Amino acid sequence: MSKVIGAPADTEAVIGLEVHVELLTASKMFCGCRNAFGAPPNTLVCPVCLGMPGSLPVANAKAVEYLCKAGMALGCTIAEYSKFDRKNYFYPDMPKNYQISQYDMPLTTGGSVTLPSGKRVNLTRIHLEEDTGKNVHAGESIARSAYTLVDYNRAGVPLMEIVSEPEISSAREAEEYLAELKAVMSYIGVSDVKMHEGSLRCDANVSIRPAGARELGTKVEIKNLNSFRSVGRAIEYEIERMRACVREGERIVQETRGWDEGSGTTHSMRSKELAHDYRYFPDPDLVPLELGRALLSRWRTELPELPAAKRTRYVRDFGLSEYDAGVLTSERSDADFFEAVAAASGNPKQAANWMMGDVRKVLDRAEMTLASARGRPEQVAALITLVANGTISGKAAKEVIESVMIDGRQPADVVAERGLAQTSDAGAVAAFVDQALHANADSVASYKAGKEKAFEFLVGQVMKLSRGKANVEMVRGLLKERLG
Amino acid sequence: MTMNTGHEIREAIARGEVSAVEATETALAAIAATERRLQAYLQVTPERALARAKEIDAAIARGQDLGLLAGVPVAVKDLFCTQGVRTTAGSKILENFVPPYSATVVRRLEAQGAIIVGKTNMDEFAMGSSCENSAFKATRNPWSTEDVPGGSSGGSAATVGARCVPIALGTDTGGSIREPASFCGVVGVKPTYGRVSRYGIVAFASSLDQAGPMTVDVRDSADALEAIAGFDPMDSTSANVDVPHYAAQLRNDLKGIRVGIVSEFEESIAPDAAMHALYKRAYEDLRALGAELVDVSLPHSKYGLATYYLIAPAEASSNLARYDGARYGLRVDGPDVFSMFDETRAAGFGPEVKRRIILGTYALSSGYYDAYYVRAQKVRTLMKKDFDEAFARCDVIACPAVSCPPFQLGAKSQDPVAMYLMDFFTIPMSLAGVPAMSVPAGYVDDLPVGLQLVAPAFEEGRMFGVAHAYEQATRHAWARTPIVYAGDGHAA
Repeated sequence: MSKVIGAPADTEAVIGLEVHVELLTASKMFCGCRNAFGAPPNTLVCPVCLGMPGSLPVANAKAVEYLCKAGMALGCTIAEYSKFDRKNYFYPDMPKNYQISQYDMPLTTGGSVTLPSGKRVNLTRIHLEEDTGKNVHAGESIARSAYTLVDYNRAGVPLMEIVSEPEISSAREAEEYLAELKAVMSYIGVSDVKMHEGSLRCDANVSIRPAGARELGTKVEIKNLNSFRSVGRAIEYEIERMRACVREGERIVQETRGWDEGSGTTHSMRSKELAHDYRYFPDPDLVPLELGRALLSRWRTELPELPAAKRTRYVRDFGLSEYDAGVLTSERSDADFFEAVAAASGNPKQAANWMMGDVRKVLDRAEMTLASARGRPEQVAALITLVANGTISGKAAKEVIESVMIDGRQPADVVAERGLAQTSDAGAVAAFVDQALHANADSVASYKAGKEKAFEFLVGQVMKLSRGKANVEMVRGLLKERLG
Repeated sequence: MTMNTGHEIREAIARGEVSAVEATETALAAIAATERRLQAYLQVTPERALARAKEIDAAIARGQDLGLLAGVPVAVKDLFCTQGVRTTAGSKILENFVPPYSATVVRRLEAQGAIIVGKTNMDEFAMGSSCENSAFKATRNPWSTEDVPGGSSGGSAATVGARCVPIALGTDTGGSIREPASFCGVVGVKPTYGRVSRYGIVAFASSLDQAGPMTVDVRDSADALEAIAGFDPMDSTSANVDVPHYAAQLRNDLKGIRVGIVSEFEESIAPDAAMHALYKRAYEDLRALGAELVDVSLPHSKYGLATYYLIAPAEASSNLARYDGARYGLRVDGPDVFSMFDETRAAGFGPEVKRRIILGTYALSSGYYDAYYVRAQKVRTLMKKDFDEAFARCDVIACPAVSCPPFQLGAKSQDPVAMYLMDFFTIPMSLAGVPAMSVPAGYVDDLPVGLQLVAPAFEEGRMFGVAHAYEQATRHAWARTPIVYAGDGHAA
């Protein structure tokens, strides 16, 4: 067992994540049962996913396709020859007391996830397996319950396990890694990646070592992580716990620890149940997967533009900041909406401002999303155009956006109905300007004395007199003319 | 005329001389009359059979086309799941298991008009060569009720041997169809691995298990295999290879056929003068039919048993893990769920099954996997190559099916290795996945002995052709009558 020597401040954390993602196929991995969340217990089952005598698995081609596409999106090498293996252990949520998984020939190897900092976290592999059922214990644990109920609806749901190299060095990086994985998976549509429904699950392997050391420290596996935030908190807690161990001169024990959300601590889950020899061997019920190059290249062409590529393009072509590009691309549907607004308005910067600003604000207030809102990109673009061509002021547009997004109204109709159109008639604007200059002689004097602020005050006065309808650019021009 | 074969029954039904109900009643009466002495069945299903026979008669009356097995009574080994009918695999652990589905082969038999009359006895989970490992009873050999019928498909062999039914289904993993067929004087066919769907057949060793017919004559095996063979979308290992009309490939001579004689096997059988003489005569009969005999070699066959007893138990140890009392079958409660698993399995499995689970678990264990399981798979590949090379020199192989005639009940039940040796001549074909069959070849000590014929993968038609010519020329199956006999419509 390796030792961590030295003061805690000299240690660094080494983290690897094992992420399980349920694939969003119509049917289960090895049978025709529907793959769905939330159905009444044991209603989505058949002889195959219940592991009844004589039943046989048949691999779901769509699950293989989804996993390969996920692998392609993450830059993995796709194996042209792969196979399924049996992982043998007894547990009542597993109908056959073995799990069909992949051992030494996973569907993909390599690949990486790029964090916002630009750091690349390499992947070891992604493999395909079947999910287990769900145990509901009458007591606190399986060993201390009078009975356990099992729901096999989830048994046989296709699951991909994404294993990272131990290259993550902080809780924050772990959360960023998960966020990026989630974005990629939702982009390519292979999973709904809902951590609270269990369609994305994460175990963290954490160790610490003297800063700069090459050898890995003793690792602890943390389970029962139910949100991105709990992944971060558990890792932070565990790093501190390990540092404390080292400070106290205690040895770190290789073990599995469970995260307790309530107390914010981890506790040892080590038990005989977890000391397994899984006795992997190739599943003789399934034939090896041999994916032809033609099929793989077809799948590759079907991949959508991925978040990282989108971000680069937004910065390069639209002149957006890295941050804005990140926000706009975190969900594919949001990015699609933004791009439609940008294209229809011809004004990507304004489109970005609207999407991240007032559109978001009115949707949040109404507890709606872009998908549930009635306003479509063309309407938002029309509103941007009304501002750009001087029909309405930016301020008036903010009054219009709510009706557009929530009620789905046409911006021009709302503008007409509420009389929000700007006055660009030179004579009318000049009249307001002259009226304001006359009424605010003090400010005129201040401005002339060099107080720049007085200019903005005068603009405000003109707008007030016009009840917001004067074209503000015209107002500024005239004021400068008169005062200059 | 006689009505001892399926094709005779079907023809009689087609001519309107007999109904499916009558044929079924005859079979049920034959079973009732012989069962006390034979103990071939774990369950007879007269009501289901007669109801089905009425449907067949009604369909015929409506003018529907007759299926390949229309009105033919068929027994199936209790390893095949039958919807609504208890399926035990010969084990206490499944004593009360009623599957909600039927095996694909059962559905295909019924789709061709076959009438399933009952579920036959077998060694528990098909592990055994004598039927004595059944958790319920020991089946007797119709030729000598002191002797075993062979196994594991012993019940199917015995009921066909006694002419209760013309056709029964068995399964063969290392010889479980061919050895009992030899012992009971019937035809028994292990098809190419992948020829027949395994869906709904309680698994023993998935990479070896194949279902096949056990029949009075070769023609019935040809028809029954045609009925059950073919790709099944429910079994990824079933082959998408067309199924020919095998009956059209039956021959009456062997002109132009090269028959391979395996030199290693001849050395093994030579010390037993009676067995040696029987097989020598069989090869001469083949030559007399026009075949050319050529020597071939299967150099890796001597590793067959060792290879088989790593691969089959390894797969079995995993396949049988599901019997834990949680979902179906026997449950023995314990203080917690893991105790329940332990108690259920301790009470539910017999000694031979436990032996093989332990063997298999050991062979797959970390640190031993490469030395045992991986090595065994490599030998298996070499064995396939042996057959490829042999079939470059011959069209079919003829060799012993067994090393001895049937033995007495209890004679080998305390000596697992002696029992394992019973499969010496049948295991290499199972490991190579090639089709093989046993066809009656005469008698030693007044007990039947079978000749094994082997063909390249998916060449069952060629194998049937040779077997038919040999059977029609020698007529060993009709030369004598077993002591428990229900043939010619007579209840024994």
